[in-house]
Amino acid sequence: MNPGAQYDVAIIGAGLSGLAAGIRLAHFGKKVCIFERHNAVGGLNGFYSIAGRKFDVGLHALTNYVPAGVKGTPLGKILRQLRIERDEFSLSPQKGSRVSFGPQGEASLRFSNDFAVLEADVGRLFPAQADGFARLARAVRESPLSGGDSKASARALLRGFISDPLLEDMLLCPLMFYGSARQDDMDANQFMIMFRALFLEGFARPFEGVRVIMRVLVEKYREAGGERRMKCGVRRIVAREGRAAALVLDSGEEVTASHVLSSIGSAETAALLGETSPPAPRLGYVETICVLNRPPSALGWGADTIVFFNEGDRFSYRNPEAQVDLRSGIICFPNNFEYGGGRELAEGFFRVTCLANYGAWAGLPEQRYRDDKAGWFPRIQNSARRFLPPLQPAGALEAATVATDMFTPTTVERYTGHLRGAIYGAPTKNAQGRTALTNLYLCGTDQGMLGIVGAMLSGISMANQHILKA
Amino acid sequence: MTHEECKKVVLDIIADIAPDEDLSNVKPEVRLRDQLQLDSMDFLDIVMELRKRHSIEVPEADYGRLASLDSCAEYLTPKFNALAAKS
Repeated sequence: MNPGAQYDVAIIGAGLSGLAAGIRLAHFGKKVCIFERHNAVGGLNGFYSIAGRKFDVGLHALTNYVPAGVKGTPLGKILRQLRIERDEFSLSPQKGSRVSFGPQGEASLRFSNDFAVLEADVGRLFPAQADGFARLARAVRESPLSGGDSKASARALLRGFISDPLLEDMLLCPLMFYGSARQDDMDANQFMIMFRALFLEGFARPFEGVRVIMRVLVEKYREAGGERRMKCGVRRIVAREGRAAALVLDSGEEVTASHVLSSIGSAETAALLGETSPPAPRLGYVETICVLNRPPSALGWGADTIVFFNEGDRFSYRNPEAQVDLRSGIICFPNNFEYGGGRELAEGFFRVTCLANYGAWAGLPEQRYRDDKAGWFPRIQNSARRFLPPLQPAGALEAATVATDMFTPTTVERYTGHLRGAIYGAPTKNAQGRTALTNLYLCGTDQGMLGIVGAMLSGISMANQHILKA
Repeated sequence: MTHEECKKVVLDIIADIAPDEDLSNVKPEVRLRDQLQLDSMDFLDIVMELRKRHSIEVPEADYGRLASLDSCAEYLTPKFNALAAKS
Protein backbone atom coordinates (compact mmCIF):
# COMPACT_ATOMS: atom_id res chain seq x y z
CA MET A 1 0.00 0.00 0.00
CA ASN A 2 1.36 3.36 -1.04
CA PRO A 3 4.91 2.12 -1.58
CA GLY A 4 7.51 4.83 -1.43
CA ALA A 5 4.93 7.60 -1.11
CA GLN A 6 6.29 11.14 -1.54
CA TYR A 7 4.95 14.16 0.28
CA ASP A 8 5.69 17.86 0.48
CA VAL A 9 5.31 17.59 4.24
CA ALA A 10 5.20 14.63 6.60
CA ILE A 11 3.86 15.37 10.08
CA ILE A 12 4.61 13.00 12.94
CA GLY A 13 1.72 12.83 15.41
CA ALA A 14 -1.99 13.65 15.06
CA GLY A 15 -2.34 15.75 18.20
CA LEU A 16 -3.58 19.31 18.16
CA SER A 17 -0.31 20.82 16.93
CA GLY A 18 0.12 18.29 14.13
CA LEU A 19 -3.47 18.65 12.98
CA ALA A 20 -3.32 22.46 13.07
CA ALA A 21 -0.09 22.48 11.06
CA GLY A 22 -1.64 19.99 8.64
CA ILE A 23 -4.68 22.18 8.05
CA ARG A 24 -2.52 25.20 7.22
CA LEU A 25 -0.26 23.28 4.87
CA ALA A 26 -3.02 21.36 3.10
CA HIS A 27 -5.10 24.53 2.72
CA PHE A 28 -2.24 26.14 0.84
CA GLY A 29 -1.84 23.24 -1.53
CA LYS A 30 0.90 21.18 0.09
CA LYS A 31 0.70 17.43 -0.20
CA VAL A 32 0.61 16.54 3.49
CA CYS A 33 0.39 13.31 5.43
CA ILE A 34 0.07 12.95 9.19
CA PHE A 35 1.47 9.72 10.63
CA GLU A 36 -0.04 8.65 13.95
CA ARG A 37 0.95 5.53 15.85
CA HIS A 38 -2.18 5.42 17.99
CA ASN A 39 -5.59 4.49 16.60
CA ALA A 40 -7.10 7.80 17.73
CA VAL A 41 -6.22 11.45 17.17
CA GLY A 42 -5.61 13.89 20.00
CA GLY A 43 -2.28 12.96 21.55
CA LEU A 44 -1.92 14.62 24.93
CA ASN A 45 -5.34 16.24 24.47
CA GLY A 46 -7.16 13.14 23.35
CA PHE A 47 -10.05 11.25 24.76
CA TYR A 48 -10.86 7.62 25.40
CA SER A 49 -13.86 5.43 26.10
CA ILE A 50 -14.41 2.93 28.87
CA ALA A 51 -17.68 0.99 28.97
CA GLY A 52 -19.33 3.46 26.62
CA ARG A 53 -18.29 6.50 28.66
CA LYS A 54 -16.07 9.09 27.11
CA PHE A 55 -13.27 10.68 29.11
CA ASP A 56 -11.04 13.57 28.13
CA VAL A 57 -7.32 13.09 28.72
CA GLY A 58 -5.31 15.59 30.66
CA LEU A 59 -6.29 19.22 30.30
CA HIS A 60 -9.66 19.89 31.82
CA ALA A 61 -10.44 23.11 30.06
CA LEU A 62 -9.41 25.26 27.18
CA THR A 63 -7.57 28.37 28.32
CA ASN A 64 -7.39 31.71 26.46
CA TYR A 65 -11.18 31.95 26.31
CA VAL A 66 -12.45 35.39 25.33
CA PRO A 67 -16.02 36.33 24.44
CA ALA A 68 -16.95 36.80 20.79
CA GLY A 69 -15.79 40.14 19.42
CA VAL A 70 -12.58 40.39 21.47
CA LYS A 71 -9.80 40.59 18.91
CA GLY A 72 -6.06 40.24 18.82
CA THR A 73 -5.98 37.22 21.17
CA PRO A 74 -4.53 33.73 20.69
CA LEU A 75 -7.99 32.16 20.37
CA GLY A 76 -8.91 34.61 17.60
CA LYS A 77 -5.63 33.91 15.85
CA ILE A 78 -6.11 30.17 15.67
CA LEU A 79 -9.70 30.52 14.50
CA ARG A 80 -8.58 32.81 11.67
CA GLN A 81 -5.55 30.82 10.71
CA LEU A 82 -7.49 27.56 10.57
CA ARG A 83 -10.58 29.13 8.94
CA ILE A 84 -12.72 27.91 11.81
CA GLU A 85 -15.82 29.76 12.87
CA ARG A 86 -16.00 30.45 16.55
CA ASP A 87 -19.30 28.63 16.96
CA GLU A 88 -17.78 25.39 15.66
CA PHE A 89 -15.90 24.92 18.94
CA SER A 90 -19.14 25.66 20.86
CA LEU A 91 -17.22 26.93 23.87
CA SER A 92 -18.99 27.45 27.18
CA PRO A 93 -17.24 29.68 29.74
CA GLN A 94 -16.38 28.51 33.24
CA LYS A 95 -18.45 29.38 36.29
CA GLY A 96 -15.47 30.28 38.46
CA SER A 97 -12.26 28.82 39.84
CA ARG A 98 -10.03 29.37 42.83
CA VAL A 99 -6.55 28.89 44.23
CA SER A 100 -6.79 27.44 47.73
CA PHE A 101 -3.77 27.38 50.10
CA GLY A 102 -3.37 26.28 53.72
CA PRO A 103 -4.16 23.00 55.50
CA GLN A 104 -7.90 23.47 54.90
CA GLY A 105 -7.73 26.08 52.16
CA GLU A 106 -7.71 29.05 54.54
CA ALA A 107 -6.25 31.41 51.93
CA SER A 108 -8.37 31.53 48.82
CA LEU A 109 -8.11 33.57 45.62
CA ARG A 110 -11.08 33.31 43.32
CA PHE A 111 -10.74 33.94 39.61
CA SER A 112 -13.07 33.71 36.67
CA ASN A 113 -13.21 34.90 33.09
CA ASP A 114 -13.68 38.40 34.53
CA PHE A 115 -10.28 39.60 35.71
CA ALA A 116 -11.93 41.95 38.24
CA VAL A 117 -12.79 38.92 40.40
CA LEU A 118 -9.12 38.04 40.91
CA GLU A 119 -8.13 41.68 41.34
CA ALA A 120 -10.73 42.09 44.08
CA ASP A 121 -9.58 38.97 45.92
CA VAL A 122 -5.93 40.00 45.73
CA GLY A 123 -6.95 43.40 47.11
CA ARG A 124 -8.90 41.76 49.94
CA LEU A 125 -6.30 39.15 50.92
CA PHE A 126 -3.13 41.10 50.12
CA PRO A 127 -4.02 44.81 50.39
CA ALA A 128 -0.35 45.85 50.46
CA GLN A 129 0.27 43.99 47.17
CA ALA A 130 -2.66 45.37 45.20
CA ASP A 131 -0.70 48.12 43.43
CA GLY A 132 2.10 45.76 42.47
CA PHE A 133 -0.41 43.24 41.20
CA ALA A 134 -2.10 45.89 39.06
CA ARG A 135 1.30 46.84 37.59
CA LEU A 136 2.03 43.19 36.90
CA ALA A 137 -1.27 42.78 35.06
CA ARG A 138 -0.49 45.87 32.99
CA ALA A 139 2.96 44.53 32.12
CA VAL A 140 1.46 41.23 30.96
CA ARG A 141 -1.20 42.99 28.89
CA GLU A 142 1.48 45.06 27.17
CA SER A 143 3.82 42.15 26.52
CA PRO A 144 3.89 40.67 23.02
CA LEU A 145 1.85 37.49 22.54
CA SER A 146 4.90 35.39 21.88
CA GLY A 147 8.40 36.08 23.00
CA GLY A 148 11.73 34.53 22.18
CA ASP A 149 13.73 31.86 23.95
CA SER A 150 13.52 33.48 27.35
CA LYS A 151 15.20 31.49 30.08
CA ALA A 152 14.58 34.23 32.62
CA SER A 153 12.93 33.27 35.90
CA ALA A 154 9.24 33.94 36.48
CA ARG A 155 9.90 34.23 40.20
CA ALA A 156 12.48 36.95 39.60
CA LEU A 157 10.04 38.74 37.32
CA LEU A 158 7.23 38.49 39.89
CA ARG A 159 9.42 39.89 42.65
CA GLY A 160 9.75 43.07 40.63
CA PHE A 161 6.05 43.62 41.25
CA ILE A 162 5.00 41.83 44.44
CA SER A 163 6.83 40.98 47.65
CA ASP A 164 4.56 38.54 49.53
CA PRO A 165 5.80 34.97 49.00
CA LEU A 166 2.32 33.55 49.63
CA LEU A 167 0.84 35.63 46.82
CA GLU A 168 3.79 34.72 44.60
CA ASP A 169 3.13 31.01 45.09
CA MET A 170 -0.65 31.35 44.86
CA LEU A 171 -0.27 33.01 41.46
CA LEU A 172 2.35 30.54 40.26
CA CYS A 173 0.47 27.42 41.38
CA PRO A 174 -2.24 27.38 38.67
CA LEU A 175 0.12 28.70 36.02
CA MET A 176 2.70 26.00 36.72
CA PHE A 177 0.07 23.27 36.91
CA TYR A 178 -1.33 24.46 33.61
CA GLY A 179 1.87 24.59 31.73
CA SER A 180 5.32 24.48 33.22
CA ALA A 181 7.80 21.77 32.40
CA ARG A 182 10.38 23.42 34.66
CA GLN A 183 10.60 22.54 38.35
CA ASP A 184 9.80 25.15 41.02
CA ASP A 185 9.95 28.03 38.55
CA MET A 186 8.74 28.95 35.09
CA ASP A 187 10.31 30.65 32.13
CA ALA A 188 9.38 34.33 32.52
CA ASN A 189 8.05 34.35 29.00
CA GLN A 190 5.90 31.28 29.65
CA PHE A 191 4.63 32.95 32.82
CA MET A 192 3.39 35.95 30.81
CA ILE A 193 1.69 33.67 28.32
CA MET A 194 0.01 31.60 31.04
CA PHE A 195 -0.99 34.64 33.14
CA ARG A 196 -2.79 35.95 30.10
CA ALA A 197 -4.26 32.57 29.21
CA LEU A 198 -5.72 31.81 32.66
CA PHE A 199 -6.25 35.10 34.44
CA LEU A 200 -6.71 37.83 31.81
CA GLU A 201 -8.61 35.54 29.46
CA GLY A 202 -10.06 32.39 31.00
CA PHE A 203 -11.43 28.86 30.87
CA ALA A 204 -14.03 27.32 28.60
CA ARG A 205 -15.09 23.87 27.49
CA PRO A 206 -17.25 22.47 24.73
CA PHE A 207 -20.32 20.73 26.16
CA GLU A 208 -19.13 17.45 24.67
CA GLY A 209 -15.52 17.95 25.70
CA VAL A 210 -12.26 18.16 23.81
CA ARG A 211 -13.47 15.71 21.13
CA VAL A 212 -15.54 18.55 19.62
CA ILE A 213 -12.33 20.45 18.90
CA MET A 214 -10.68 17.32 17.56
CA ARG A 215 -13.64 16.61 15.29
CA VAL A 216 -13.51 20.12 13.83
CA LEU A 217 -9.77 19.86 13.16
CA VAL A 218 -9.98 16.42 11.58
CA GLU A 219 -12.82 17.58 9.34
CA LYS A 220 -10.99 20.77 8.27
CA TYR A 221 -7.89 18.78 7.53
CA ARG A 222 -9.83 16.28 5.43
CA GLU A 223 -11.65 19.08 3.53
CA ALA A 224 -8.33 20.75 2.79
CA GLY A 225 -7.13 17.53 1.20
CA GLY A 226 -4.78 16.32 3.93
CA GLU A 227 -3.97 12.65 4.26
CA ARG A 228 -3.88 10.88 7.61
CA ARG A 229 -2.47 7.45 8.37
CA MET A 230 -3.47 5.99 11.70
CA LYS A 231 -1.85 3.09 13.52
CA CYS A 232 1.10 4.02 11.42
CA GLY A 233 3.95 5.27 13.54
CA VAL A 234 7.31 6.51 12.34
CA ARG A 235 10.01 4.13 13.49
CA ARG A 236 13.06 5.91 12.16
CA ILE A 237 14.11 9.12 10.44
CA VAL A 238 16.85 8.50 7.90
CA ALA A 239 19.32 11.41 7.89
CA ARG A 240 21.47 12.06 4.86
CA GLU A 241 23.67 15.09 4.18
CA GLY A 242 22.12 17.10 6.98
CA ARG A 243 18.56 16.45 5.87
CA ALA A 244 15.74 14.11 6.85
CA ALA A 245 15.90 12.04 3.70
CA ALA A 246 13.22 9.46 4.47
CA LEU A 247 10.91 8.14 7.15
CA VAL A 248 10.74 4.45 7.94
CA LEU A 249 7.28 3.52 9.21
CA ASP A 250 6.44 0.85 11.78
CA SER A 251 5.41 -1.38 8.87
CA GLY A 252 8.89 -1.06 7.38
CA GLU A 253 7.57 1.04 4.50
CA GLU A 254 9.71 4.03 3.58
CA VAL A 255 8.25 7.40 2.63
CA THR A 256 9.93 10.65 1.65
CA ALA A 257 9.00 14.27 2.27
CA SER A 258 10.53 17.65 1.48
CA HIS A 259 9.79 18.80 5.04
CA VAL A 260 9.20 16.87 8.24
CA LEU A 261 7.35 18.39 11.18
CA SER A 262 7.56 16.37 14.38
CA SER A 263 5.15 16.94 17.25
CA ILE A 264 6.34 14.04 19.39
CA GLY A 265 8.91 15.88 21.49
CA SER A 266 12.55 16.78 21.03
CA ALA A 267 14.20 13.78 22.75
CA GLU A 268 11.55 11.53 21.19
CA THR A 269 12.41 12.92 17.75
CA ALA A 270 16.13 12.53 18.39
CA ALA A 271 15.46 8.90 19.29
CA LEU A 272 14.03 8.38 15.79
CA LEU A 273 17.39 9.54 14.50
CA GLY A 274 19.09 6.93 16.63
CA GLU A 275 20.37 9.46 19.15
CA THR A 276 20.12 8.56 22.78
CA SER A 277 19.78 11.45 25.17
CA PRO A 278 20.46 11.15 28.90
CA PRO A 279 17.24 10.78 30.90
CA ALA A 280 16.15 14.37 31.45
CA PRO A 281 13.94 15.32 34.37
CA ARG A 282 10.29 15.27 33.45
CA LEU A 283 7.20 16.10 35.47
CA GLY A 284 4.53 13.43 35.60
CA TYR A 285 0.96 13.41 36.83
CA VAL A 286 -1.64 11.03 38.18
CA GLU A 287 -5.30 11.67 37.77
CA THR A 288 -8.32 10.13 39.46
CA ILE A 289 -11.77 10.39 37.94
CA CYS A 290 -15.06 9.66 39.70
CA VAL A 291 -18.21 9.49 37.61
CA LEU A 292 -21.16 10.54 39.76
CA ASN A 293 -24.87 9.88 39.50
CA ARG A 294 -25.61 13.57 40.05
CA PRO A 295 -23.86 16.88 39.44
CA PRO A 296 -21.19 17.73 42.04
CA SER A 297 -23.24 20.77 43.08
CA ALA A 298 -26.12 18.46 44.05
CA LEU A 299 -23.71 16.56 46.30
CA GLY A 300 -22.97 19.79 48.11
CA TRP A 301 -19.73 20.83 46.43
CA GLY A 302 -20.83 24.18 45.06
CA ALA A 303 -20.09 25.55 41.61
CA ASP A 304 -16.28 25.60 41.41
CA THR A 305 -14.97 24.83 37.94
CA ILE A 306 -11.33 24.25 38.89
CA VAL A 307 -9.65 24.39 42.30
CA PHE A 308 -5.85 24.57 42.53
CA PHE A 309 -4.92 23.44 46.02
CA ASN A 310 -1.81 23.36 48.15
CA GLU A 311 -1.66 22.49 51.84
CA GLY A 312 1.23 24.75 52.85
CA ASP A 313 2.27 28.36 52.37
CA ARG A 314 4.96 27.46 49.87
CA PHE A 315 4.19 25.54 46.73
CA SER A 316 6.58 22.79 45.66
CA TYR A 317 6.36 22.06 41.96
CA ARG A 318 8.80 19.26 41.41
CA ASN A 319 9.14 15.59 40.80
CA PRO A 320 8.10 13.97 44.11
CA GLU A 321 10.10 11.29 45.93
CA ALA A 322 6.97 9.21 46.47
CA GLN A 323 4.74 7.92 43.70
CA VAL A 324 2.36 10.85 44.25
CA ASP A 325 2.68 14.27 45.85
CA LEU A 326 -0.50 14.65 47.91
CA ARG A 327 0.32 18.12 49.14
CA SER A 328 -1.04 19.90 46.11
CA GLY A 329 -3.16 19.29 43.05
CA ILE A 330 -5.99 20.30 40.76
CA ILE A 331 -9.66 19.53 41.23
CA CYS A 332 -11.86 19.85 38.18
CA PHE A 333 -15.63 19.66 37.86
CA PRO A 334 -16.39 19.62 34.11
CA ASN A 335 -20.06 20.06 35.04
CA ASN A 336 -19.40 23.60 36.21
CA PHE A 337 -19.29 25.47 32.92
CA GLU A 338 -22.11 27.73 31.72
CA TYR A 339 -23.42 25.40 29.06
CA GLY A 340 -26.59 27.44 28.63
CA GLY A 341 -29.94 26.42 27.24
CA GLY A 342 -30.60 24.33 30.34
CA ARG A 343 -27.93 21.83 29.25
CA GLU A 344 -26.26 19.76 31.95
CA LEU A 345 -23.80 16.93 31.52
CA ALA A 346 -25.62 13.62 31.89
CA GLU A 347 -23.36 12.58 34.75
CA GLY A 348 -21.27 14.28 37.36
CA PHE A 349 -17.46 14.24 37.22
CA PHE A 350 -14.93 14.77 39.99
CA ARG A 351 -11.36 14.79 38.70
CA VAL A 352 -8.22 15.24 40.77
CA THR A 353 -4.71 15.60 39.37
CA CYS A 354 -1.49 15.46 41.40
CA LEU A 355 2.21 15.48 40.61
CA ALA A 356 3.62 11.98 40.30
CA ASN A 357 7.00 10.35 39.99
CA TYR A 358 7.30 8.42 36.74
CA GLY A 359 10.22 6.34 37.98
CA ALA A 360 8.22 5.09 40.95
CA TRP A 361 5.43 3.83 38.67
CA ALA A 362 7.39 2.50 35.70
CA GLY A 363 8.49 -1.08 35.57
CA LEU A 364 6.31 -2.32 38.44
CA PRO A 365 4.95 -5.83 38.09
CA GLU A 366 1.33 -5.69 36.86
CA GLN A 367 -0.28 -6.71 40.16
CA ARG A 368 1.84 -4.32 42.17
CA TYR A 369 0.99 -1.49 39.77
CA ARG A 370 -2.74 -2.19 40.15
CA ASP A 371 -2.46 -2.41 43.93
CA ASP A 372 -0.55 0.85 44.10
CA LYS A 373 -3.16 2.60 41.97
CA ALA A 374 -5.93 1.26 44.17
CA GLY A 375 -4.04 2.37 47.27
CA TRP A 376 -3.44 5.91 46.06
CA PHE A 377 -6.93 6.48 44.68
CA PRO A 378 -8.69 7.23 47.99
CA ARG A 379 -5.67 9.10 49.34
CA ILE A 380 -5.71 11.46 46.34
CA GLN A 381 -9.44 12.03 46.69
CA ASN A 382 -9.19 12.65 50.43
CA SER A 383 -6.33 15.05 49.97
CA ALA A 384 -8.37 17.09 47.49
CA ARG A 385 -11.50 16.98 49.61
CA ARG A 386 -9.79 19.06 52.29
CA PHE A 387 -10.33 21.99 49.95
CA LEU A 388 -14.02 21.32 49.25
CA PRO A 389 -17.05 21.69 51.51
CA PRO A 390 -17.54 18.53 53.61
CA LEU A 391 -20.27 16.23 52.35
CA GLN A 392 -23.13 14.90 54.48
CA PRO A 393 -23.48 12.04 55.25
CA ALA A 394 -19.91 10.73 55.42
CA GLY A 395 -20.25 8.12 52.63
CA ALA A 396 -22.04 10.46 50.20
CA LEU A 397 -19.27 10.44 47.58
CA GLU A 398 -18.91 6.67 47.54
CA ALA A 399 -22.71 6.27 47.32
CA ALA A 400 -22.91 8.66 44.35
CA THR A 401 -19.94 7.14 42.46
CA VAL A 402 -20.95 4.97 39.50
CA ALA A 403 -17.55 4.49 37.87
CA THR A 404 -13.93 5.44 38.41
CA ASP A 405 -10.78 5.63 36.39
CA MET A 406 -7.21 6.61 37.10
CA PHE A 407 -4.15 7.24 35.02
CA THR A 408 -0.47 7.49 35.92
CA PRO A 409 2.61 8.77 34.04
CA THR A 410 3.08 5.29 32.59
CA THR A 411 -0.46 5.36 31.14
CA VAL A 412 0.31 8.68 29.45
CA GLU A 413 3.60 7.36 28.12
CA ARG A 414 1.98 4.21 26.77
CA TYR A 415 -0.75 6.05 24.85
CA THR A 416 1.09 9.18 23.74
CA GLY A 417 4.68 8.03 23.40
CA HIS A 418 5.86 11.07 25.36
CA LEU A 419 8.89 10.06 27.43
CA ARG A 420 8.15 9.48 31.09
CA GLY A 421 4.53 10.46 30.46
CA ALA A 422 5.51 14.11 30.59
CA ILE A 423 2.43 16.11 29.70
CA TYR A 424 4.41 19.34 29.35
CA GLY A 425 7.45 17.79 27.74
CA ALA A 426 11.07 18.70 28.26
CA PRO A 427 12.06 21.48 30.68
CA THR A 428 13.96 23.31 27.95
CA LYS A 429 11.89 24.53 25.03
CA ASN A 430 12.91 25.14 21.45
CA ALA A 431 10.91 28.20 20.41
CA GLN A 432 12.32 28.27 16.88
CA GLY A 433 11.56 24.58 16.36
CA ARG A 434 14.81 24.03 14.46
CA THR A 435 16.80 20.81 14.65
CA ALA A 436 20.19 19.66 13.44
CA LEU A 437 18.54 18.64 10.15
CA THR A 438 17.64 21.52 7.86
CA ASN A 439 14.21 20.18 6.84
CA LEU A 440 13.12 18.72 10.19
CA TYR A 441 11.26 20.97 12.63
CA LEU A 442 9.54 20.54 15.97
CA CYS A 443 6.04 21.62 16.90
CA GLY A 444 3.91 20.88 19.96
CA THR A 445 4.94 20.63 23.61
CA ASP A 446 8.70 20.88 23.14
CA GLN A 447 8.45 23.87 20.83
CA GLY A 448 7.04 25.50 23.91
CA MET A 449 3.41 26.47 23.52
CA LEU A 450 1.20 24.44 25.79
CA GLY A 451 -2.46 23.77 26.33
CA ILE A 452 -5.14 23.32 23.72
CA VAL A 453 -4.81 26.79 22.19
CA GLY A 454 -1.04 26.80 22.61
CA ALA A 455 -0.66 23.46 20.84
CA MET A 456 -2.66 24.66 17.84
CA LEU A 457 -0.74 27.93 17.75
CA SER A 458 2.52 25.99 17.82
CA GLY A 459 1.55 23.90 14.80
CA ILE A 460 0.34 26.98 12.94
CA SER A 461 3.40 29.09 13.62
CA MET A 462 5.91 26.36 12.80
CA ALA A 463 4.09 25.58 9.54
CA ASN A 464 4.03 29.28 8.66
CA GLN A 465 7.59 30.03 9.61
CA HIS A 466 9.43 27.03 8.22
CA ILE A 467 7.31 25.82 5.34
CA LEU A 468 4.80 28.36 4.01
CA LYS A 469 6.98 31.44 4.27
CA ALA A 470 10.05 29.71 2.96
CA MET B 1 -8.19 44.71 -14.26
CA THR B 2 -8.73 48.17 -12.78
CA HIS B 3 -7.41 49.41 -9.46
CA GLU B 4 -10.94 49.23 -8.06
CA GLU B 5 -11.35 45.61 -9.11
CA CYS B 6 -8.01 44.79 -7.58
CA LYS B 7 -9.03 46.34 -4.26
CA LYS B 8 -12.15 44.20 -4.36
CA VAL B 9 -10.01 41.06 -4.80
CA VAL B 10 -7.94 42.00 -1.76
CA LEU B 11 -11.02 42.84 0.31
CA ASP B 12 -12.58 39.50 -0.61
CA ILE B 13 -9.51 37.73 0.67
CA ILE B 14 -9.49 39.72 3.90
CA ALA B 15 -13.19 38.94 4.37
CA ASP B 16 -12.37 35.25 4.22
CA ILE B 17 -9.32 35.23 6.44
CA ALA B 18 -10.74 37.68 9.01
CA PRO B 19 -14.50 37.14 8.99
CA ASP B 20 -14.80 38.92 12.32
CA GLU B 21 -13.63 42.25 10.86
CA ASP B 22 -16.05 44.92 9.64
CA LEU B 23 -14.88 45.78 6.13
CA SER B 24 -17.67 48.18 5.20
CA ASN B 25 -15.66 51.32 5.86
CA VAL B 26 -12.09 50.47 4.98
CA LYS B 27 -10.29 53.63 3.83
CA PRO B 28 -8.14 52.80 0.83
CA GLU B 29 -5.40 55.30 1.67
CA VAL B 30 -5.00 54.26 5.32
CA ARG B 31 -2.75 51.34 6.32
CA LEU B 32 -4.84 48.20 6.77
CA ARG B 33 -3.05 47.49 10.04
CA ASP B 34 -4.18 50.84 11.43
CA GLN B 35 -7.87 50.29 10.79
CA LEU B 36 -8.24 46.52 11.12
CA GLN B 37 -6.87 43.97 13.57
CA LEU B 38 -4.46 42.34 11.16
CA ASP B 39 -1.10 40.99 12.23
CA SER B 40 1.82 39.49 10.36
CA MET B 41 0.11 36.06 10.31
CA ASP B 42 -2.87 37.62 8.53
CA PHE B 43 -0.62 39.36 6.00
CA LEU B 44 1.08 36.06 5.30
CA ASP B 45 -2.39 34.69 4.58
CA ILE B 46 -3.20 37.50 2.16
CA VAL B 47 0.00 36.63 0.26
CA MET B 48 -0.76 32.89 0.38
CA GLU B 49 -4.34 33.37 -0.80
CA LEU B 50 -3.18 35.60 -3.68
CA ARG B 51 -0.96 32.74 -4.78
CA LYS B 52 -3.54 30.03 -4.22
CA ARG B 53 -6.49 31.78 -5.85
CA HIS B 54 -4.86 34.00 -8.46
CA SER B 55 -1.35 32.60 -8.98
CA ILE B 56 0.07 35.98 -7.98
CA GLU B 57 3.49 35.77 -6.32
CA VAL B 58 4.51 38.36 -3.76
CA PRO B 59 8.13 37.94 -2.64
CA GLU B 60 8.77 38.58 1.05
CA ALA B 61 10.74 41.73 0.25
CA ASP B 62 7.56 43.21 -1.22
CA TYR B 63 5.18 42.48 1.67
CA GLY B 64 5.36 46.15 2.59
CA ARG B 65 3.66 47.02 -0.70
CA LEU B 66 0.45 45.48 0.67
CA ALA B 67 0.15 48.03 3.48
CA SER B 68 -3.03 49.81 2.29
CA LEU B 69 -5.71 49.04 -0.28
CA ASP B 70 -4.31 51.80 -2.50
CA SER B 71 -0.77 50.43 -2.33
CA CYS B 72 -2.11 46.92 -2.92
CA ALA B 73 -3.89 48.11 -6.06
CA GLU B 74 -0.82 49.92 -7.31
CA TYR B 75 1.42 46.93 -6.75
CA LEU B 76 -0.92 44.06 -7.67
CA THR B 77 -2.91 45.42 -10.64
CA PRO B 78 0.03 45.26 -13.06
CA LYS B 79 0.72 41.71 -11.87
CA PHE B 80 -2.88 40.67 -12.54
CA ASN B 81 -2.79 42.33 -15.96
CA ALA B 82 0.54 40.76 -16.88
CA LEU B 83 -0.87 37.37 -15.94
CA ALA B 84 -4.04 37.96 -17.98
CA ALA B 85 -1.96 39.02 -21.01
CA LYS B 86 0.02 35.78 -20.83
CA SER B 87 -3.01 33.48 -20.85
